[in-house]
Amino acid sequence: MNHYLFSSNMKLADIIMSNYRLLSVLSRFNINLGFGDKTINEICEQKHISEDLFLMICNVYNFKDYLPTIEEIKTIEINELISFLKKSHNLFINQDIKEIENSLNKMCSCCSGNHLSLLMKFFEDYKKEVINHLNYEETVVFPYIDSLTKNKEVNNYHINQFEENHTNIEDKLSDLKNIIIKYLPEICSPEQRTMLLQRLFLFQEELFTHSIIEDKILIPLVEEIEKGYDAK
Amino acid sequence: MMQNKQYRVVVIEPSPIIISGIKHLIENSKDFLYVGSIADMEFLIQRLTPLRPEIIIINPSIIDFHKRSSVHSLFQNFSDASIVALCYNFIDSNILKQFDGIIEINDEKLKIENTLINSVNKNKNSETPDSSELSDREKEILISIAKGFQNKEIADIHNISIHTVISHRKNITRKTGIKSVSGLTIYALLNNLINQNEFS
Ligand SMILES: [Fe+2]
Ligand SMILES: [Fe+2]
Repeated sequence: MNHYLFSSNMKLADIIMSNYRLLSVLSRFNINLGFGDKTINEICEQKHISEDLFLMICNVYNFKDYLPTIEEIKTIEINELISFLKKSHNLFINQDIKEIENSLNKMCSCCSGNHLSLLMKFFEDYKKEVINHLNYEETVVFPYIDSLTKNKEVNNYHINQFEENHTNIEDKLSDLKNIIIKYLPEICSPEQRTMLLQRLFLFQEELFTHSIIEDKILIPLVEEIEKGYDAK
Repeated sequence: MMQNKQYRVVVIEPSPIIISGIKHLIENSKDFLYVGSIADMEFLIQRLTPLRPEIIIINPSIIDFHKRSSVHSLFQNFSDASIVALCYNFIDSNILKQFDGIIEINDEKLKIENTLINSVNKNKNSETPDSSELSDREKEILISIAKGFQNKEIADIHNISIHTVISHRKNITRKTGIKSVSGLTIYALLNNLINQNEFS
């Protein structure tokens, strides 16, 4: 299916107005709000951001069926892609998960019941899982890619090992959503509960898009480099 | 000589663009015969009867809001026909449950054909829609899951095969929306199937 994708002569403000989820992309590229009527092209030039990467990410965020072709992926500088992914990891841990934890604590402090400790335990375990997932990428996968692009010796690792073991960390949030929507007693702090749910929905979507970027952009690009394609 | 059975299809839908699209999609099919369309619900039965439909494709939004929950009574004169929903905006899943099939606006030709064929078979079997309430057996299995038993142990405790345990687990997850053991434990606790002292 053909979409009318975002293009570089569009005003950045217009694409944000069309999908507020792109707000989370901005900070990952160090773009601050207040850019007036500048186009994507103007902002990328001013901020020394790769326009191709920025547009590709925005398009993946906005059009759920969109995937770039391998030719388009090959125009991406892999270091810039990795630095985007690292910024995302940082925000997941230091912003999204923190906010969810705060919301969860507030909700639990407003109601009583012996299930609350279990709910907190559930999220604690989940958080550990997420941290492990991100740590593996930061300490094994990204350094491997770095050595690969610098033509350094790489010991027996291949990106398909990552591909095969890349776990899904977003599905488990559905359990929590279902419990909070359907099964917590009705009296359990409605405002905090709604707030917590909104955060869970947003975070799940963020993780989903993040894993698409890793599975459908990062991995194919590294495969090309492994095949001998000269990385930019 | 056996002649290929062609099902008579009627489309109930206000948009001429959509009607032409469906007509075009099934026109050359050996399984379906497009026999006509109806744009609104007025005198529906009178207009539908001469068309002798075997598959009725209908946009649920066209049905009066209060009658949407009883689609089958609306078409009770056509109990042999399968009723397929055609959706291009949000329709409550409780309403969609009543249909023998669902076509979404972005579906491909092949998928639409499969939906129509399956709808005929489903209408013949006319399964009762399953509830989202856990059965007593499923509750027992859930308690064992919450207590931390593995599939093999659960099979021994309840004297059933592992295969049956797995199928119970699938149903429990489908009905509750919860997959993980820790999530199911919270569910069991909240529904008083277990109390906190029962597990470590
Ligand atoms: Fe990641
Ligand atoms: Fe990942």
